[in-house]
Amino acid sequence: MQVVVNGQVEKLERPTDLSSLLQQLGYSGEAFAVALNGDFVPRANYGETRLNDGDALDIVAPVVGG
Amino acid sequence: MTDLLKLYGTTFDSRLLIGTALYPSPAIMRESVEASGAQIITLSLRRQSPEQQQGKMLWDYIRESGCQLLPNTAGCKTPREVIALAEMSREIFLTDWLKLEVIGDDYNLQPDPYGLVEAARELVRRGFKVLPYCTDDLVVCRKLLDVGCEVLMPWGAPIGTGRGLLNRYNLQTLRERLPDTPLIIDAGIGAPSQAAEAMEMGYDAVLLNTAIARAQEPVNMARAFRLAVEAGRTAYSAGLMLKRQTASPSTPTLDMPFWQQADTATQE
Repeated sequence: MQVVVNGQVEKLERPTDLSSLLQQLGYSGEAFAVALNGDFVPRANYGETRLNDGDALDIVAPVVGG
Repeated sequence: MTDLLKLYGTTFDSRLLIGTALYPSPAIMRESVEASGAQIITLSLRRQSPEQQQGKMLWDYIRESGCQLLPNTAGCKTPREVIALAEMSREIFLTDWLKLEVIGDDYNLQPDPYGLVEAARELVRRGFKVLPYCTDDLVVCRKLLDVGCEVLMPWGAPIGTGRGLLNRYNLQTLRERLPDTPLIIDAGIGAPSQAAEAMEMGYDAVLLNTAIARAQEPVNMARAFRLAVEAGRTAYSAGLMLKRQTASPSTPTLDMPFWQQADTATQE
């Protein structure tokens, strides 16, 4: 299966949850947040959020802004 | 003298809000924020890979700054995008405050009034303190108040144009018709004189970014805007004189030398 992370395709060998994928991709700390298919996923729900083939993830972090 | 800005129950000494973008360097951004005296700063969220450390570095600075954070939803075009980004902002920045942007036109970055009202209604329901970037349309502004916004941020001119207060009539109307609503001019301010003008009109504060960040010396320009906002506010509080059509001498005319009554002159 594959998911799209910030517009880039990521191939997954087996089904996984959001928490494991984030760890696998190297995201740590608390300076990021996630939306799955356009909807916000609270940090507390990462572990119970199963990923499906074709899911699109947005992982964002603070940037300067006006 | 206490002349505090009160927004959503929180008071601030400074009436200048500034953005954190477009500065030549992070160091100049920090110095400019300090020089401006701003106590509210805007910032945003964007996609980032774990290798990029800007997010964490920015976050570390922001936490140290002690400023009220005002995350924006810049670039969002639909209420759905806004809601997701707002929730992500609240989780990261640990604040309910939100500069709501729903862009309706890519060319002049004009707010979409319909999307704005719809998004604001839902955000208020979710407990956000919404500061909408809106046009200077009285009816749209009233709708935003109706759905629970307590602060409005009408544009002076399109973002990044530096053209100042393009529609003084509308802005004056907003001020007069919404006397109890905190009103902040957001966007389009290019020079300190324009910020002072907004404050003299009775606006509660000014939010800007480009005019400072794109100045040749941003830190000095931040200071200039600080002084201008203070001057404009002080002038408004002091009460401006009324304009007159005809001249009126300021120097006393009584006992003016060289003047003779007409009949005296005739007798000579």
